[in-house]
Amino acid sequence: MFRLSIVTPEKVFFEADIKSLVVPGTEGYLGVLSNHAPLITALKPGRIEFRDADENVVLMAVSGGFLEVSNNVATVLADTVERSDDIDIDRAQAAYDREQSRLVSAGDDDTSIDLPTVRAAIERAKNRIKVYKETH
Amino acid sequence: MATLREVKKSIRSVASTKRITGAMEMVAAAKLRRAQQRVEEARPFAEKMAQMLSHLASAAQGDIVHPYFEEREIKKRTLVVVVSDRGLCGSYNSNVIRRASKWLKKHSDVATEVVLVGKKAHDFFSRRDYQIVGTWRDWEGVLKYDKAKEIVKFLTDRFISGETDEITLMYTKFLSTVKYELTTETYLPIASPESGHDNEGESTVADYIFEPDAESIYSALMPGYATTRMVTALAESFASEHGSRMIAMNAATTNAGDMMKALTLEFNKARQAQITKELLEVVSGAEALNA
Repeated sequence: MFRLSIVTPEKVFFEADIKSLVVPGTEGYLGVLSNHAPLITALKPGRIEFRDADENVVLMAVSGGFLEVSNNVATVLADTVERSDDIDIDRAQAAYDREQSRLVSAGDDDTSIDLPTVRAAIERAKNRIKVYKETH
Repeated sequence: MATLREVKKSIRSVASTKRITGAMEMVAAAKLRRAQQRVEEARPFAEKMAQMLSHLASAAQGDIVHPYFEEREIKKRTLVVVVSDRGLCGSYNSNVIRRASKWLKKHSDVATEVVLVGKKAHDFFSRRDYQIVGTWRDWEGVLKYDKAKEIVKFLTDRFISGETDEITLMYTKFLSTVKYELTTETYLPIASPESGHDNEGESTVADYIFEPDAESIYSALMPGYATTRMVTALAESFASEHGSRMIAMNAATTNAGDMMKALTLEFNKARQAQITKELLEVVSGAEALNA
């Protein structure tokens, strides 16, 4: 067992002892168990999965952030994070369609949209849809 | 002595002012509660982030190179002043603005420019001879992340492109409803984080694993850190503003109450004086008839 706290700029989203954790590191998914070596990594949009003290598996969608592990404390600093049950699938789908159409309609030399921003938005929407579908 | 009608009129006017200040106090109290909650909820994130940064600094041997750390010879300074959009909050805005003017005077050895947050700052600085490079107003007393991020982007771009060499942030730290603290701190360049020996002798110089490497984590972490600091400063300022307004309105309501009491007394005196006068007239008229 080790402590996991997920903190967003708005609030402390989650804090409890858990058994295992899987997060989307920039270099790929990585797992954390008790007594993990000290680690700092950036996170990309993806899913956070952990097993709590009662062996329940909890899924969350994260839009990016950081993970620090030291002394059996794992801290996730997330930009935004949502439990898969809380994801509003219609909104996620709408966001995906909207950004996708912006990408398609914009020409190659169109400077009115910021490509990296739109791509990141698509990535986030896709991720939320994916995490939602895994539990529904 | 004022006539009955005049006194009555001023009582009515004070009463309606009192109703307004009373309502404003209530609104400020509600907004304060939300703003305060925001400040408290935002604190853990800021703390954890600072902690992570210091761990990163202590674990990553050698100098960390990041544009936000770059200390240059100062040829131009930028001052960011955070005040409120609306008045009627006691001495809150004037305190901050006075401090800002003093600061600008003191640092006039090199060129300075100001970035303004809040309409009241704009009202003051735009009428005087200051170089204003950016203004963000109409917050309605609520912290908006997108707007805060815009400010951060504006400031960091300015710093990195070399248009300014030092950015100072002036805001108020929220201590309690009745207390705030004028705070002036350097926003950019960020002081290179302390190698984390300071936290209770805990050996943080653990061998951290970095994924992918310290450098890229830094470049991912720094923008977030800059944003967090701005968001924190804004949240603290807004909470202070609402606190000040609540106190100012509370005082105004109390004063209006006192004034109404005094005016009512005057009204009653005037009324009695009039009755006495009328009685006198009747009696003396009767006396004259009897004589």
